[in-house]
Amino acid sequence: MLSKEIRSYFPILNQEINGHPLVYLDSGATSQKPVQVIDAIKKYYEFENSNVHRGVHTLGNRATESYEGAREKVRKFINAKSTKEIIFTRGTTTSINTVARSYGLANVKEGDEIVITHMEHHSNIIPWQQLAKDTGAILKYIDLEADGTLSLEKVRATITDKTKIVSIVYVSNVLGTMNPIKEITEIAHEHGAIMVVDGAQAAPHLKLDVQNLDCDFLAFSGHKMCGPTGIGVLYGKQELLENMEPIEFGGEMIDFVGLYESTWKELPWKFEGGTPIIAGAIGLAAAIDFLEEIGLDEIEKHEHELAAYAMDKMLTIEGLTIYGPSDPSKRAGIVTFNLDDVHPHDVATVLDMSGIAVRAGHHCAQPLMKWLQCTATARASFYLYNTEEDIDRLVAGLRTAKEYFNDVF
Amino acid sequence: MSSNNLDQLYRRVIMDHYKNPRNKGSIEEGALTIDMNNPTCGDRIHLTLQVEDGVIQNAKFDGEGCSISMASASMMTQAVKGKKVDEALKLSTTFSEMMLGKDYDDSIDLEDIEALHGVSKFPARIKCATLAWKAMEKGVSEEK
Repeated sequence: MLSKEIRSYFPILNQEINGHPLVYLDSGATSQKPVQVIDAIKKYYEFENSNVHRGVHTLGNRATESYEGAREKVRKFINAKSTKEIIFTRGTTTSINTVARSYGLANVKEGDEIVITHMEHHSNIIPWQQLAKDTGAILKYIDLEADGTLSLEKVRATITDKTKIVSIVYVSNVLGTMNPIKEITEIAHEHGAIMVVDGAQAAPHLKLDVQNLDCDFLAFSGHKMCGPTGIGVLYGKQELLENMEPIEFGGEMIDFVGLYESTWKELPWKFEGGTPIIAGAIGLAAAIDFLEEIGLDEIEKHEHELAAYAMDKMLTIEGLTIYGPSDPSKRAGIVTFNLDDVHPHDVATVLDMSGIAVRAGHHCAQPLMKWLQCTATARASFYLYNTEEDIDRLVAGLRTAKEYFNDVF
Repeated sequence: MSSNNLDQLYRRVIMDHYKNPRNKGSIEEGALTIDMNNPTCGDRIHLTLQVEDGVIQNAKFDGEGCSISMASASMMTQAVKGKKVDEALKLSTTFSEMMLGKDYDDSIDLEDIEALHGVSKFPARIKCATLAWKAMEKGVSEEK
Protein backbone atom coordinates (compact mmCIF):
# COMPACT_ATOMS: atom_id res chain seq x y z
CA MET A 1 0.00 0.00 0.00
CA LEU A 2 1.15 3.54 -0.74
CA SER A 3 1.53 5.98 2.12
CA LYS A 4 -1.60 7.79 3.28
CA GLU A 5 0.49 10.98 3.16
CA ILE A 6 -0.30 11.11 -0.56
CA ARG A 7 -3.83 12.22 0.27
CA SER A 8 -2.51 15.47 1.74
CA TYR A 9 -1.43 16.58 -1.77
CA PHE A 10 -5.07 16.57 -2.90
CA PRO A 11 -6.85 19.56 -1.32
CA ILE A 12 -10.27 18.50 -2.66
CA LEU A 13 -10.25 15.29 -0.61
CA ASN A 14 -10.16 17.27 2.61
CA GLN A 15 -13.86 18.16 2.76
CA GLU A 16 -17.19 16.85 3.95
CA ILE A 17 -19.99 15.84 1.60
CA ASN A 18 -23.46 15.60 3.12
CA GLY A 19 -21.95 15.69 6.60
CA HIS A 20 -19.36 12.94 5.99
CA PRO A 21 -15.68 13.05 4.99
CA LEU A 22 -15.50 12.64 1.20
CA VAL A 23 -14.59 9.20 -0.14
CA TYR A 24 -13.84 9.68 -3.83
CA LEU A 25 -14.23 6.44 -5.78
CA ASP A 26 -14.82 7.86 -9.27
CA SER A 27 -11.28 8.31 -10.54
CA GLY A 28 -12.15 6.22 -13.60
CA ALA A 29 -14.30 9.16 -14.71
CA THR A 30 -11.72 11.76 -13.74
CA SER A 31 -8.97 11.82 -11.15
CA GLN A 32 -8.43 14.52 -8.56
CA LYS A 33 -5.53 16.94 -8.95
CA PRO A 34 -2.58 17.36 -6.59
CA VAL A 35 -1.30 20.80 -5.52
CA GLN A 36 1.75 20.24 -7.72
CA VAL A 37 -0.47 20.31 -10.82
CA ILE A 38 -2.68 23.15 -9.61
CA ASP A 39 0.44 25.21 -8.77
CA ALA A 40 2.09 24.53 -12.13
CA ILE A 41 -0.95 25.85 -13.98
CA LYS A 42 -1.15 28.85 -11.65
CA LYS A 43 2.56 29.58 -12.13
CA TYR A 44 2.16 29.41 -15.91
CA TYR A 45 -0.69 31.93 -15.91
CA GLU A 46 1.06 34.20 -13.40
CA PHE A 47 4.55 34.25 -14.93
CA GLU A 48 4.69 32.72 -18.40
CA ASN A 49 1.35 33.13 -20.16
CA SER A 50 1.95 33.97 -23.80
CA ASN A 51 1.34 32.37 -27.16
CA VAL A 52 3.85 29.78 -28.29
CA HIS A 53 6.06 29.42 -31.39
CA ARG A 54 5.74 33.02 -32.54
CA GLY A 55 6.84 35.60 -30.03
CA VAL A 56 10.24 37.18 -30.19
CA HIS A 57 9.62 38.42 -26.67
CA THR A 58 10.75 36.75 -23.47
CA LEU A 59 7.36 35.55 -22.28
CA GLY A 60 6.75 33.88 -25.65
CA ASN A 61 10.01 32.01 -25.25
CA ARG A 62 9.16 30.93 -21.71
CA ALA A 63 5.76 29.63 -22.78
CA THR A 64 7.26 27.80 -25.76
CA GLU A 65 9.95 26.22 -23.60
CA SER A 66 7.41 25.02 -21.05
CA TYR A 67 5.04 23.71 -23.73
CA GLU A 68 7.74 21.85 -25.66
CA GLY A 69 9.26 20.71 -22.36
CA ALA A 70 5.91 19.07 -21.60
CA ARG A 71 6.09 17.22 -24.92
CA GLU A 72 9.51 15.84 -24.05
CA LYS A 73 8.16 14.75 -20.67
CA VAL A 74 5.31 12.85 -22.35
CA ARG A 75 7.79 11.26 -24.79
CA LYS A 76 9.82 9.87 -21.92
CA PHE A 77 6.69 8.86 -20.01
CA ILE A 78 5.59 6.48 -22.78
CA ASN A 79 9.11 5.79 -24.12
CA ALA A 80 8.48 7.13 -27.63
CA LYS A 81 11.49 7.51 -29.93
CA SER A 82 10.96 11.18 -30.73
CA THR A 83 8.87 14.20 -29.71
CA LYS A 84 7.71 14.24 -33.35
CA GLU A 85 5.51 11.32 -32.34
CA ILE A 86 3.74 13.20 -29.53
CA ILE A 87 0.69 15.24 -30.56
CA PHE A 88 -1.24 17.19 -27.97
CA THR A 89 -5.01 16.86 -28.38
CA ARG A 90 -8.11 17.60 -26.35
CA GLY A 91 -8.25 14.05 -25.02
CA THR A 92 -8.61 10.39 -25.93
CA THR A 93 -11.73 11.01 -28.01
CA THR A 94 -10.02 13.60 -30.20
CA SER A 95 -6.93 11.39 -30.50
CA ILE A 96 -8.90 8.38 -31.77
CA ASN A 97 -10.98 10.55 -34.09
CA THR A 98 -7.76 11.95 -35.56
CA VAL A 99 -6.58 8.45 -36.43
CA ALA A 100 -9.99 7.48 -37.88
CA ARG A 101 -10.41 10.66 -39.91
CA SER A 102 -6.83 11.01 -41.12
CA TYR A 103 -5.24 7.56 -41.34
CA GLY A 104 -8.59 5.76 -41.66
CA LEU A 105 -10.14 7.70 -44.54
CA ALA A 106 -6.87 7.52 -46.50
CA ASN A 107 -6.17 3.83 -45.98
CA VAL A 108 -9.46 1.97 -45.51
CA LYS A 109 -11.48 0.91 -48.55
CA GLU A 110 -14.75 -0.84 -49.20
CA GLY A 111 -14.68 -4.45 -47.97
CA ASP A 112 -11.74 -3.85 -45.61
CA GLU A 113 -12.19 -4.70 -41.95
CA ILE A 114 -11.85 -2.70 -38.77
CA VAL A 115 -11.63 -4.83 -35.62
CA ILE A 116 -12.61 -3.73 -32.10
CA THR A 117 -13.99 -5.60 -29.06
CA HIS A 118 -17.20 -5.73 -27.03
CA MET A 119 -15.52 -3.96 -24.11
CA GLU A 120 -14.79 -0.64 -25.82
CA HIS A 121 -15.75 2.80 -24.54
CA HIS A 122 -18.01 4.75 -26.93
CA SER A 123 -14.97 6.84 -27.91
CA ASN A 124 -13.36 3.74 -29.39
CA ILE A 125 -16.55 2.53 -31.11
CA ILE A 126 -18.24 5.45 -32.80
CA PRO A 127 -15.22 6.84 -34.73
CA TRP A 128 -14.90 3.37 -36.32
CA GLN A 129 -18.65 3.02 -36.96
CA GLN A 130 -18.49 6.34 -38.82
CA LEU A 131 -15.36 5.30 -40.72
CA ALA A 132 -17.02 2.03 -41.71
CA LYS A 133 -20.11 3.90 -42.95
CA ASP A 134 -18.02 6.40 -44.90
CA THR A 135 -15.81 3.82 -46.60
CA GLY A 136 -18.00 0.72 -46.87
CA ALA A 137 -15.62 -1.15 -44.57
CA ILE A 138 -16.86 -3.84 -42.17
CA LEU A 139 -16.71 -3.27 -38.40
CA LYS A 140 -16.01 -6.53 -36.53
CA TYR A 141 -16.15 -7.21 -32.80
CA ILE A 142 -13.96 -9.68 -30.93
CA ASP A 143 -16.19 -11.60 -28.53
CA LEU A 144 -15.28 -11.72 -24.84
CA GLU A 145 -14.74 -14.69 -22.57
CA ALA A 146 -17.31 -15.29 -19.82
CA ASP A 147 -15.08 -13.54 -17.25
CA GLY A 148 -14.75 -10.40 -19.39
CA THR A 149 -11.27 -11.08 -20.74
CA LEU A 150 -9.99 -11.49 -24.31
CA SER A 151 -8.62 -14.80 -25.56
CA LEU A 152 -5.85 -14.68 -28.15
CA GLU A 153 -7.58 -17.55 -30.02
CA LYS A 154 -10.60 -15.33 -30.64
CA VAL A 155 -8.33 -12.40 -31.52
CA ARG A 156 -6.62 -14.63 -34.13
CA ALA A 157 -9.96 -15.85 -35.43
CA THR A 158 -11.28 -12.31 -35.95
CA ILE A 159 -8.29 -10.50 -37.49
CA THR A 160 -7.78 -11.46 -41.16
CA ASP A 161 -5.75 -10.24 -44.13
CA LYS A 162 -8.63 -7.88 -44.90
CA THR A 163 -8.20 -6.15 -41.53
CA LYS A 164 -6.65 -2.71 -41.86
CA ILE A 165 -7.15 -1.33 -38.35
CA VAL A 166 -7.34 -3.04 -34.96
CA SER A 167 -8.33 -0.70 -32.12
CA ILE A 168 -8.51 -2.05 -28.59
CA VAL A 169 -8.71 -0.71 -25.06
CA TYR A 170 -5.69 -1.41 -22.86
CA VAL A 171 -7.64 -1.37 -19.56
CA SER A 172 -11.45 -1.65 -19.64
CA ASN A 173 -13.20 1.27 -17.91
CA VAL A 174 -15.98 -1.09 -16.79
CA LEU A 175 -14.48 -4.53 -16.24
CA GLY A 176 -11.02 -3.40 -15.22
CA THR A 177 -9.64 -6.07 -17.57
CA MET A 178 -6.04 -5.53 -18.66
CA ASN A 179 -5.69 -6.69 -22.25
CA PRO A 180 -2.61 -8.39 -23.78
CA ILE A 181 -1.85 -5.46 -26.09
CA LYS A 182 1.66 -6.57 -27.09
CA GLU A 183 0.42 -9.98 -28.26
CA ILE A 184 -2.59 -8.50 -30.08
CA THR A 185 -0.32 -5.97 -31.79
CA GLU A 186 1.85 -8.80 -33.06
CA ILE A 187 -1.20 -10.57 -34.52
CA ALA A 188 -2.43 -7.34 -36.14
CA HIS A 189 0.99 -6.76 -37.72
CA GLU A 190 1.16 -10.34 -39.05
CA HIS A 191 -1.90 -9.44 -41.12
CA GLY A 192 -0.59 -6.03 -42.18
CA ALA A 193 -3.06 -4.14 -39.98
CA ILE A 194 -2.17 -1.21 -37.75
CA MET A 195 -2.78 -1.33 -34.00
CA VAL A 196 -4.49 1.54 -32.18
CA VAL A 197 -4.56 1.45 -28.37
CA ASP A 198 -7.11 3.29 -26.22
CA GLY A 199 -4.93 4.00 -23.21
CA ALA A 200 -7.34 6.26 -21.29
CA GLN A 201 -7.54 3.91 -18.28
CA ALA A 202 -3.99 2.60 -18.67
CA ALA A 203 -1.88 5.77 -18.64
CA PRO A 204 -2.89 6.72 -15.08
CA HIS A 205 -2.24 3.30 -13.63
CA LEU A 206 0.63 1.42 -15.26
CA LYS A 207 3.94 1.95 -17.00
CA LEU A 208 3.45 2.49 -20.73
CA ASP A 209 6.18 1.65 -23.23
CA VAL A 210 5.12 2.17 -26.84
CA GLN A 211 8.34 0.72 -28.24
CA ASN A 212 7.88 -2.47 -26.27
CA LEU A 213 4.17 -2.72 -27.16
CA ASP A 214 5.04 -1.83 -30.78
CA CYS A 215 1.57 -0.31 -31.22
CA ASP A 216 1.12 2.18 -34.06
CA PHE A 217 -1.05 4.67 -32.21
CA LEU A 218 -1.80 5.25 -28.54
CA ALA A 219 -4.43 7.66 -27.19
CA PHE A 220 -4.85 8.91 -23.63
CA SER A 221 -6.22 11.82 -21.58
CA GLY A 222 -4.54 14.04 -19.00
CA HIS A 223 -7.47 14.43 -16.64
CA LYS A 224 -7.61 10.77 -15.60
CA MET A 225 -3.93 10.85 -14.55
CA CYS A 226 -3.92 13.81 -12.13
CA GLY A 227 -3.66 16.35 -14.97
CA PRO A 228 -6.18 18.98 -16.03
CA THR A 229 -9.17 18.45 -18.33
CA GLY A 230 -8.89 19.46 -21.98
CA ILE A 231 -5.46 17.94 -22.65
CA GLY A 232 -4.71 14.55 -24.14
CA VAL A 233 -2.11 12.82 -26.23
CA LEU A 234 -1.98 11.02 -29.53
CA TYR A 235 1.18 8.99 -29.96
CA GLY A 236 1.83 7.74 -33.48
CA LYS A 237 4.79 6.10 -35.18
CA GLN A 238 6.68 8.76 -37.09
CA GLU A 239 6.59 6.98 -40.45
CA LEU A 240 2.78 6.79 -40.26
CA LEU A 241 2.28 10.38 -39.05
CA GLU A 242 4.58 11.71 -41.80
CA ASN A 243 2.20 10.36 -44.43
CA MET A 244 -0.99 11.53 -42.75
CA GLU A 245 -2.91 14.71 -43.49
CA PRO A 246 -4.05 17.03 -40.69
CA ILE A 247 -7.78 17.08 -39.93
CA GLU A 248 -7.81 20.60 -38.53
CA PHE A 249 -6.56 23.49 -40.60
CA GLY A 250 -5.76 27.05 -39.59
CA GLY A 251 -3.22 28.96 -37.58
CA GLU A 252 -0.17 27.41 -35.96
CA MET A 253 -0.08 24.31 -38.19
CA ILE A 254 1.02 25.98 -41.43
CA ASP A 255 4.37 26.34 -43.14
CA PHE A 256 3.41 28.65 -46.01
CA VAL A 257 0.00 30.03 -46.93
CA GLY A 258 -0.82 31.14 -50.47
CA LEU A 259 -4.14 32.29 -51.87
CA TYR A 260 -5.19 28.84 -53.04
CA GLU A 261 -2.62 26.43 -51.65
CA SER A 262 -0.84 26.02 -48.34
CA THR A 263 1.75 23.71 -46.87
CA TRP A 264 2.02 22.29 -43.39
CA LYS A 265 4.56 22.51 -40.62
CA GLU A 266 6.61 19.44 -39.81
CA LEU A 267 5.63 16.92 -37.14
CA PRO A 268 4.15 17.16 -34.59
CA TRP A 269 2.86 20.70 -35.16
CA LYS A 270 0.98 19.98 -38.40
CA PHE A 271 -1.61 18.20 -36.24
CA GLU A 272 -1.94 21.05 -33.74
CA GLY A 273 -4.03 23.67 -35.53
CA GLY A 274 -4.93 26.80 -33.53
CA THR A 275 -3.41 28.08 -30.32
CA PRO A 276 -2.50 24.90 -28.47
CA ILE A 277 -3.62 23.81 -25.01
CA ILE A 278 -0.55 25.37 -23.39
CA ALA A 279 -1.63 25.43 -19.73
CA GLY A 280 -3.10 21.94 -20.13
CA ALA A 281 0.19 20.51 -21.44
CA ILE A 282 2.12 22.17 -18.61
CA GLY A 283 -0.36 20.75 -16.08
CA LEU A 284 0.01 17.31 -17.66
CA ALA A 285 3.81 17.55 -17.38
CA ALA A 286 3.47 18.35 -13.67
CA ALA A 287 1.15 15.34 -13.28
CA ILE A 288 3.74 13.10 -14.95
CA ASP A 289 6.44 14.38 -12.56
CA PHE A 290 4.12 13.68 -9.65
CA LEU A 291 3.25 10.14 -10.78
CA GLU A 292 6.85 9.26 -11.63
CA GLU A 293 8.07 10.42 -8.27
CA ILE A 294 5.71 7.93 -6.63
CA GLY A 295 6.40 5.34 -9.32
CA LEU A 296 3.93 3.83 -11.79
CA ASP A 297 4.85 0.33 -10.67
CA GLU A 298 4.02 1.27 -7.07
CA ILE A 299 0.72 2.83 -8.18
CA GLU A 300 -0.22 -0.29 -10.16
CA LYS A 301 0.61 -2.51 -7.17
CA HIS A 302 -1.41 -0.26 -4.83
CA GLU A 303 -4.46 -0.55 -7.10
CA HIS A 304 -4.22 -4.32 -7.42
CA GLU A 305 -4.13 -4.51 -3.64
CA LEU A 306 -7.11 -2.20 -3.27
CA ALA A 307 -9.07 -4.13 -5.92
CA ALA A 308 -8.33 -7.41 -4.14
CA TYR A 309 -9.33 -5.94 -0.78
CA ALA A 310 -12.51 -4.41 -2.22
CA MET A 311 -13.59 -7.59 -4.02
CA ASP A 312 -13.01 -9.61 -0.90
CA LYS A 313 -15.04 -7.30 1.34
CA MET A 314 -17.79 -6.52 -1.17
CA LEU A 315 -18.50 -10.17 -1.88
CA THR A 316 -19.41 -10.66 1.79
CA ILE A 317 -22.56 -8.63 1.01
CA GLU A 318 -25.30 -11.02 0.03
CA GLY A 319 -26.79 -10.29 -3.40
CA LEU A 320 -23.81 -8.29 -4.65
CA THR A 321 -22.51 -9.16 -8.13
CA ILE A 322 -19.09 -8.04 -9.39
CA TYR A 323 -18.49 -7.97 -13.15
CA GLY A 324 -15.21 -8.77 -14.89
CA PRO A 325 -12.23 -10.98 -14.05
CA SER A 326 -12.50 -12.63 -10.64
CA ASP A 327 -8.71 -12.74 -10.32
CA PRO A 328 -7.70 -9.29 -8.97
CA SER A 329 -4.23 -9.59 -10.50
CA LYS A 330 -5.90 -9.55 -13.94
CA ARG A 331 -7.63 -6.24 -13.32
CA ALA A 332 -6.89 -2.62 -12.57
CA GLY A 333 -8.44 -0.69 -9.67
CA ILE A 334 -11.94 -0.75 -11.11
CA VAL A 335 -14.79 -2.70 -9.52
CA THR A 336 -18.14 -2.63 -11.29
CA PHE A 337 -21.06 -4.17 -9.48
CA ASN A 338 -24.78 -4.43 -8.88
CA LEU A 339 -26.61 -4.91 -5.61
CA ASP A 340 -29.65 -7.19 -5.82
CA ASP A 341 -32.65 -5.42 -7.30
CA VAL A 342 -31.52 -2.01 -6.14
CA HIS A 343 -30.94 0.11 -9.22
CA PRO A 344 -27.38 1.52 -9.44
CA HIS A 345 -28.68 5.12 -9.44
CA ASP A 346 -30.37 4.44 -6.16
CA VAL A 347 -27.21 2.80 -4.81
CA ALA A 348 -25.17 5.84 -5.89
CA THR A 349 -27.61 8.27 -4.28
CA VAL A 350 -27.59 6.39 -0.97
CA LEU A 351 -23.76 6.29 -1.04
CA ASP A 352 -23.61 10.00 -1.86
CA MET A 353 -25.66 10.73 1.24
CA SER A 354 -22.78 9.10 3.14
CA GLY A 355 -20.19 11.20 1.30
CA ILE A 356 -19.11 8.38 -1.03
CA ALA A 357 -18.78 9.19 -4.75
CA VAL A 358 -19.27 6.29 -7.20
CA ARG A 359 -20.38 6.23 -10.81
CA ALA A 360 -23.72 4.74 -11.86
CA GLY A 361 -25.01 4.20 -15.36
CA HIS A 362 -23.74 2.67 -18.59
CA HIS A 363 -20.21 4.14 -18.28
CA CYS A 364 -20.20 5.17 -21.96
CA ALA A 365 -20.12 1.48 -22.88
CA GLN A 366 -23.64 0.58 -24.00
CA PRO A 367 -22.57 -2.41 -26.14
CA LEU A 368 -20.73 -3.84 -23.12
CA MET A 369 -23.81 -3.32 -20.92
CA LYS A 370 -25.75 -5.32 -23.51
CA TRP A 371 -23.12 -8.05 -23.33
CA LEU A 372 -23.41 -8.06 -19.53
CA GLN A 373 -27.19 -8.18 -19.97
CA CYS A 374 -27.84 -5.18 -17.77
CA THR A 375 -28.80 -1.60 -18.56
CA ALA A 376 -26.70 -0.02 -15.87
CA THR A 377 -24.14 -0.84 -13.19
CA ALA A 378 -22.41 0.96 -10.33
CA ARG A 379 -18.64 1.41 -10.42
CA ALA A 380 -16.07 2.11 -7.75
CA SER A 381 -12.70 3.07 -9.20
CA PHE A 382 -9.55 3.55 -7.14
CA TYR A 383 -6.45 5.63 -7.46
CA LEU A 384 -3.26 6.32 -5.58
CA TYR A 385 -5.00 8.42 -2.92
CA ASN A 386 -7.54 5.75 -1.94
CA THR A 387 -7.12 3.62 1.16
CA GLU A 388 -8.54 0.47 2.71
CA GLU A 389 -10.59 2.76 4.99
CA ASP A 390 -12.28 4.20 1.87
CA ILE A 391 -13.31 0.70 0.89
CA ASP A 392 -14.56 -0.05 4.40
CA ARG A 393 -16.73 3.06 4.11
CA LEU A 394 -18.00 1.88 0.72
CA VAL A 395 -18.90 -1.54 2.09
CA ALA A 396 -20.69 0.02 5.08
CA GLY A 397 -22.56 2.33 2.67
CA LEU A 398 -23.59 -0.62 0.51
CA ARG A 399 -24.93 -2.43 3.57
CA THR A 400 -26.96 0.65 4.46
CA ALA A 401 -28.35 0.83 0.91
CA LYS A 402 -29.31 -2.82 1.02
CA GLU A 403 -31.00 -2.48 4.42
CA TYR A 404 -32.77 0.69 3.40
CA PHE A 405 -34.25 -0.78 0.25
CA ASN A 406 -35.06 -4.12 1.83
CA ASP A 407 -36.84 -2.18 4.53
CA VAL A 408 -39.00 -0.08 2.21
CA PHE A 409 -39.88 -3.00 0.03
CA MET B 1 -26.27 8.46 7.42
CA SER B 2 -28.74 11.26 6.76
CA SER B 3 -31.69 8.97 6.48
CA ASN B 4 -34.11 11.91 6.74
CA ASN B 5 -32.94 13.19 3.39
CA LEU B 6 -33.15 9.71 1.98
CA ASP B 7 -36.68 9.31 3.25
CA GLN B 8 -37.55 12.55 1.57
CA LEU B 9 -36.31 11.12 -1.71
CA TYR B 10 -37.65 7.63 -1.36
CA ARG B 11 -41.02 8.13 0.27
CA ARG B 12 -43.12 5.09 0.82
CA VAL B 13 -45.52 6.02 -1.95
CA ILE B 14 -42.64 6.19 -4.47
CA MET B 15 -41.43 2.77 -3.40
CA ASP B 16 -44.96 1.47 -3.72
CA HIS B 17 -45.19 2.66 -7.34
CA TYR B 18 -41.75 1.22 -8.07
CA LYS B 19 -42.58 -2.13 -6.56
CA ASN B 20 -46.17 -2.27 -7.85
CA PRO B 21 -46.19 -0.20 -11.02
CA ARG B 22 -49.59 0.90 -12.31
CA ASN B 23 -50.34 0.66 -16.02
CA LYS B 24 -47.31 -1.47 -16.79
CA GLY B 25 -47.32 -2.91 -20.28
CA SER B 26 -48.16 -1.76 -23.75
CA ILE B 27 -51.39 -0.87 -25.57
CA GLU B 28 -51.38 -3.19 -28.53
CA GLU B 29 -53.38 -1.36 -31.19
CA GLY B 30 -54.20 2.12 -32.31
CA ALA B 31 -51.94 3.84 -29.82
CA LEU B 32 -49.31 6.53 -29.97
CA THR B 33 -45.94 4.99 -29.25
CA ILE B 34 -43.07 6.94 -27.74
CA ASP B 35 -39.62 5.60 -26.93
CA MET B 36 -37.31 7.79 -24.94
CA ASN B 37 -33.90 7.33 -23.35
CA ASN B 38 -31.94 9.17 -20.76
CA PRO B 39 -28.59 8.99 -22.57
CA THR B 40 -26.52 9.93 -19.53
CA CYS B 41 -27.61 6.92 -17.51
CA GLY B 42 -29.34 4.44 -19.78
CA ASP B 43 -32.87 4.70 -18.40
CA ARG B 44 -35.44 4.04 -21.08
CA ILE B 45 -39.20 4.21 -21.36
CA HIS B 46 -41.64 2.80 -23.90
CA LEU B 47 -44.90 4.68 -23.54
CA THR B 48 -48.16 3.97 -25.35
CA LEU B 49 -51.04 6.44 -25.26
CA GLN B 50 -54.55 6.02 -26.59
CA VAL B 51 -55.93 9.49 -27.37
CA GLU B 52 -59.52 9.91 -28.55
CA ASP B 53 -61.32 13.21 -29.08
CA GLY B 54 -58.62 15.09 -27.23
CA VAL B 55 -58.81 12.83 -24.19
CA ILE B 56 -56.10 10.39 -23.03
CA GLN B 57 -58.26 7.27 -22.72
CA ASN B 58 -55.46 4.93 -21.77
CA ALA B 59 -51.75 5.08 -20.97
CA LYS B 60 -49.28 2.27 -20.41
CA PHE B 61 -45.53 2.14 -19.97
CA ASP B 62 -42.68 -0.27 -20.10
CA GLY B 63 -39.02 0.32 -19.52
CA GLU B 64 -35.95 0.01 -17.41
CA GLY B 65 -34.53 2.40 -14.90
CA CYS B 66 -34.09 3.42 -11.30
CA SER B 67 -36.82 3.61 -8.68
CA ILE B 68 -37.42 7.31 -9.31
CA SER B 69 -37.83 6.99 -13.09
CA MET B 70 -40.08 3.94 -12.97
CA ALA B 71 -42.20 5.24 -10.07
CA SER B 72 -42.59 8.55 -11.85
CA ALA B 73 -43.72 6.76 -15.03
CA SER B 74 -46.27 4.77 -13.05
CA MET B 75 -47.60 7.94 -11.39
CA MET B 76 -47.69 9.82 -14.67
CA THR B 77 -49.81 7.20 -16.43
CA GLN B 78 -52.15 7.11 -13.46
CA ALA B 79 -52.46 10.89 -13.44
CA VAL B 80 -53.07 11.51 -17.14
CA LYS B 81 -55.50 8.68 -17.78
CA GLY B 82 -58.95 10.16 -18.46
CA LYS B 83 -57.56 13.69 -18.69
CA LYS B 84 -57.91 16.01 -21.65
CA VAL B 85 -54.62 16.51 -23.49
CA ASP B 86 -54.52 20.18 -22.44
CA GLU B 87 -54.99 19.24 -18.80
CA ALA B 88 -52.27 16.61 -19.04
CA LEU B 89 -49.87 19.14 -20.52
CA LYS B 90 -50.71 21.62 -17.79
CA LEU B 91 -50.03 18.97 -15.19
CA SER B 92 -46.72 18.27 -16.88
CA THR B 93 -45.76 21.96 -16.66
CA THR B 94 -46.66 22.01 -12.98
CA PHE B 95 -44.60 18.88 -12.41
CA SER B 96 -41.59 20.28 -14.18
CA GLU B 97 -41.81 23.51 -12.14
CA MET B 98 -41.97 21.44 -8.99
CA MET B 99 -38.84 19.54 -10.08
CA LEU B 100 -36.96 22.76 -10.79
CA GLY B 101 -37.82 24.01 -7.32
CA LYS B 102 -39.92 26.86 -8.72
CA ASP B 103 -43.24 28.05 -7.35
CA TYR B 104 -45.93 25.92 -8.89
CA ASP B 105 -49.68 26.07 -9.21
CA ASP B 106 -50.78 24.38 -5.98
CA SER B 107 -54.46 24.60 -6.87
CA ILE B 108 -53.94 21.46 -8.93
CA ASP B 109 -54.26 18.28 -6.90
CA LEU B 110 -51.09 16.33 -7.65
CA GLU B 111 -52.14 13.33 -5.56
CA ASP B 112 -49.33 10.71 -5.50
CA ILE B 113 -47.07 12.87 -7.66
CA GLU B 114 -46.59 15.24 -4.75
CA ALA B 115 -44.39 12.52 -3.22
CA LEU B 116 -41.73 13.25 -5.84
CA HIS B 117 -41.28 16.75 -4.47
CA GLY B 118 -38.13 15.68 -2.59
CA VAL B 119 -36.40 14.79 -5.88
CA SER B 120 -35.97 18.51 -6.60
CA LYS B 121 -33.28 18.57 -3.92
CA PHE B 122 -31.25 15.94 -5.81
CA PRO B 123 -30.15 17.65 -9.04
CA ALA B 124 -28.68 14.45 -10.48
CA ARG B 125 -32.02 12.68 -10.18
CA ILE B 126 -34.40 15.27 -11.66
CA LYS B 127 -33.96 13.85 -15.17
CA CYS B 128 -35.00 10.43 -13.86
CA ALA B 129 -38.30 11.87 -12.64
CA THR B 130 -39.07 13.92 -15.75
CA LEU B 131 -38.36 11.23 -18.39
CA ALA B 132 -41.89 9.79 -18.47
CA TRP B 133 -43.47 13.23 -18.56
CA LYS B 134 -41.27 14.27 -21.46
CA ALA B 135 -42.32 11.13 -23.31
CA MET B 136 -45.98 11.94 -22.70
CA GLU B 137 -45.50 15.52 -23.93
CA LYS B 138 -43.77 14.29 -27.04
CA GLY B 139 -46.56 11.79 -27.74
CA VAL B 140 -49.46 14.20 -27.47
CA SER B 141 -47.67 16.94 -29.38
CA GLU B 142 -47.15 14.55 -32.28
CA GLU B 143 -50.86 13.81 -32.16
CA LYS B 144 -51.71 17.49 -32.46
